[in-house]
Amino acid sequence: MPTEALGARDWGSHPPYVYPDYKSTSLRGPKRPLIPLKQSLSELTGPVYGHESVGPLDSDLTKNAAKNGEPLGERIIVTGRVLDEAGRPVRNTLIEVWQANAAGRYIHKVDQHEAPLDANFLGAGRCVTDEHGSYRFLTVKPGSYPWGNHYNAWRPNHIHFSLFGPTLATRLVTQMYFPGDPLLALDPIFLSAPEGARERLISDFSIYVTEPGFALGYIFDIVLRGPAETPMETPR
Amino acid sequence: MSGSESLKQTPSQTVGPYFAYGLTAVQYGYPHDSIATSDVADPLVPGEHVEIVGQVFDGAGDLIPDAMIEIWQADSEGRYAHPADPRGSNQLFRGFGRCGTGRLPESRFVFRTVKPGSVDGEQAPHINVIVFMRGMLSHAYTRIYFPDEAEANSRDPVLNSVPEVRRATLIAKRKDTPAVPLYRFDIHMQGDQETVFFDV
Repeated sequence: MPTEALGARDWGSHPPYVYPDYKSTSLRGPKRPLIPLKQSLSELTGPVYGHESVGPLDSDLTKNAAKNGEPLGERIIVTGRVLDEAGRPVRNTLIEVWQANAAGRYIHKVDQHEAPLDANFLGAGRCVTDEHGSYRFLTVKPGSYPWGNHYNAWRPNHIHFSLFGPTLATRLVTQMYFPGDPLLALDPIFLSAPEGARERLISDFSIYVTEPGFALGYIFDIVLRGPAETPMETPR
Repeated sequence: MSGSESLKQTPSQTVGPYFAYGLTAVQYGYPHDSIATSDVADPLVPGEHVEIVGQVFDGAGDLIPDAMIEIWQADSEGRYAHPADPRGSNQLFRGFGRCGTGRLPESRFVFRTVKPGSVDGEQAPHINVIVFMRGMLSHAYTRIYFPDEAEANSRDPVLNSVPEVRRATLIAKRKDTPAVPLYRFDIHMQGDQETVFFDV
């Protein structure tokens, strides 16, 4: 694989480090300007986790932690493609996901929200994209939950995504939201992404992905940093 | 989306407070496996085995107990385990580690690894670091350099691009222990000692 210079992190698409409406950014986001770094092999390589790093049930969150039945909630399929900015598929790249259960409760020990845990649901999974950059998870729709950022704050339904892409510089952690969620307009984490960019975090409902009698389908495409130079001739 | 379009990057979002059972399940004792842990180098990996230890501080000087630190490094001969590095790394060594700050006393993170070699003869030995946490909407990149590489550090183009007064934030402190050399690398998110973060 040739080493290809990557384009910049597009700060017009990403949230700022300090975003006052999301209170904990005020003491945690770096305040000094980032120092530009000329990419070297250190940034143009990155951890390689291919198909050998996932098992057959890893992408099925309705089964990968089941003890004596199926998890409660609305079964959903979440699928999409991972592409670079030039529209090329990002193949064989690891995606890790985690989410609350259908009642809006995380299994994490710090989560004190008074909603029930589900003995048949952990809420974590992973998969590796195929030759077309496609991935697919089966899970249940995560519930909303309250958090302490401000009075009566509730997170919209979301699934956390962690991706590597081909290099250290393409690393991305993000959250996927659901269309039509009334909490989006009130959520400082969603709103921290610039207008015009944040809409890319909302999945599309798809009747074609939906499986009759089984599960609703959502499409969430993810775009990672691409090459510094557009690899094909595009008239501007 | 088709191949000829120019697409826009998907925005970053915070890792949030509840990443541990998804990303660092083994370390936190959740019933799920992990792709990476604090143990970056198996005992059989050639090179000088070392420990990297640190804490993460917020702008008020308080310890951050819910950060996740990732490291990516070359092997002891400066080779990355990645197809873009044609030299081919030692097969036993992947070079990637992940550690949350919510499990060890005093919110420490630790990595057991080997000291990397110089990647290209130009850069001093270093470890690439990515910092994630609740309250951080986009991840931040930094680097760990080694205090016992003063000569190589003085020639390193990345260190030299950093204002001299801030360079020390990128250089670990060495402490020899009966077991292995220990390098201390604290991360300050803000304040007078704010760690240098890079626009990678």
